[in-house]
Amino acid sequence: MRNIGWLRLPLLVTYVFLYVPLVVVVVMSFNGSKQPFSWGGFSTKWYGVLFEDTAVRQGLINTLIVAVGATVIATALGTLLAIGLSRFTRSALLEAYSLTPAIIPDLALAIGLLVLFSAIGMTLGLHSVLLAHVVFGMAFVAAVVTARLGQNDPSLEEASGDLGANAMTTFFKITVPTLLPAIVAGALLVFTLSLDEFVIAFFTDGPATPTLPIVIYSMVRFGVTPEINALAALLLLVSFTVVIAAQRITKLTDAV
Amino acid sequence: MASTVTQGRGAIRRRALGARAAFLGPGLLYVTAFMTIPLLLVLSYAFLTRGRFGGVELPVTLENFARALDPIYLRVLWNSILISSITTLLALLIGYPTAYAITRLPARWRTVALVLVVLPFWTNFLIRTYAWIVLLNSEGPVNKTLVNLGLIDSPLELLYTRGAVIVGLLYAYLPLMILPIYASVERLDRSLLEAATNLGASKFRAFFDVTLPLTLPGTMIGAIFVFVPSLGNFIVPELLGGGKTVMIGNLIRDQFLKARDWPFGAVLALIMVLFLAGLFAAQAAVARRINGRSARA
Repeated sequence: MRNIGWLRLPLLVTYVFLYVPLVVVVVMSFNGSKQPFSWGGFSTKWYGVLFEDTAVRQGLINTLIVAVGATVIATALGTLLAIGLSRFTRSALLEAYSLTPAIIPDLALAIGLLVLFSAIGMTLGLHSVLLAHVVFGMAFVAAVVTARLGQNDPSLEEASGDLGANAMTTFFKITVPTLLPAIVAGALLVFTLSLDEFVIAFFTDGPATPTLPIVIYSMVRFGVTPEINALAALLLLVSFTVVIAAQRITKLTDAV
Repeated sequence: MASTVTQGRGAIRRRALGARAAFLGPGLLYVTAFMTIPLLLVLSYAFLTRGRFGGVELPVTLENFARALDPIYLRVLWNSILISSITTLLALLIGYPTAYAITRLPARWRTVALVLVVLPFWTNFLIRTYAWIVLLNSEGPVNKTLVNLGLIDSPLELLYTRGAVIVGLLYAYLPLMILPIYASVERLDRSLLEAATNLGASKFRAFFDVTLPLTLPGTMIGAIFVFVPSLGNFIVPELLGGGKTVMIGNLIRDQFLKARDWPFGAVLALIMVLFLAGLFAAQAAVARRINGRSARA
């Protein structure tokens, strides 16, 4: 405890570095002036402009379609995979193979999928982004659920079997409920990752259906505007809310 | 009797095989179809000729590899490694003391401190990079502050420099350095430190002789977590480097989406992935040696 004094310095440096840029953008989003760098009084008018922006709205809808679809499929596949990995095989190689999509550089996966989709002559659109997001999403779900399975007591499932429940009943009545916190955590993770994912979407999306990150990319390339500041502030609010809510949820389920 | 038992066993084994296929099959097939096959395709494209209308053609050739040895491309590769290394080093210098300080906080503050570290990381990457376009702008807050303080007469050219790229990458990936270091310091057996100080080592000495070596595996994981995405990044060099700082990610992106020279892009991607695989192997080797040593001790 005595030496906590000088240890405050790195904490201060890190938090200032992490938060000052975000605070600056949020403050500037309330700037009434059209000139982004001169203060024209407090105003929320850029939020109004943002809500009128059809490109942003359509981008958001596209992103939500992909994120919801990818989350559902990745959660189902990833959960099955995790149970398979921990109950039916002890192969470290298979486990490593299944988790590779989570650690492989996104650029490598992006060009690989672009090459695959063009080799089989598939047109690019939201469906191809969805297929792509399931790959890494599934790996993240499998990782989270596998970690939980390691802590679970297999004797519960054995007891269920001994008491005459068939494999199907045991799966839905015992395995899934005990894994539910991990499955929910994995699903939340995939959903958030998919919402924000840019690199893979940039390579596998068609020009007619840009996702929100692609829309943001085309906006920020042209420099600083008050409208992007407002969008940035809103996205910050959303992701902060989600992270803090997820933190609360996992704490609650840990306590149960 | 014996035959019914073996029949029963056979049925159980068949059912187990069926269950195994039902659980493992879909996921493994998906990874194979949408990761392994795509990567093998990229690998094979590296040996093919650029197609007239994009795509690839025969004949098989090694020309793409020869082209990658051109000094122009070697310089880009070197530049990428340099920028990623500086970023990783800075992340280490800030991240290690931060992670260490968090482990020394009272228990209930530790979670808050960690959430505060990861919170920005869950924000859209483009938005986080955009924040630095705002901050480093010639009319932006950093320049204004410096001018108002009288430290400089006219705004500095901060944006569209190599320094801006490094700051942007550092900002993006610093949390990935802090978390694994935090985990390894937290796991550290405190009795080893007590033993060291009881045996007369100063706190300073105990830190360098006990804490630092034992947290090296976690630190290396943090370093890899920062280095790997930095090396392949093309957004930060484009948005904060203004196209003046070209990294290998930009080069690969351009070969696939602009120049439409997929075989050459495949070669560049292959070089990047092999380089990163080498780093992972080195990390694993060091971790094994350290674990072996502490297990023996």
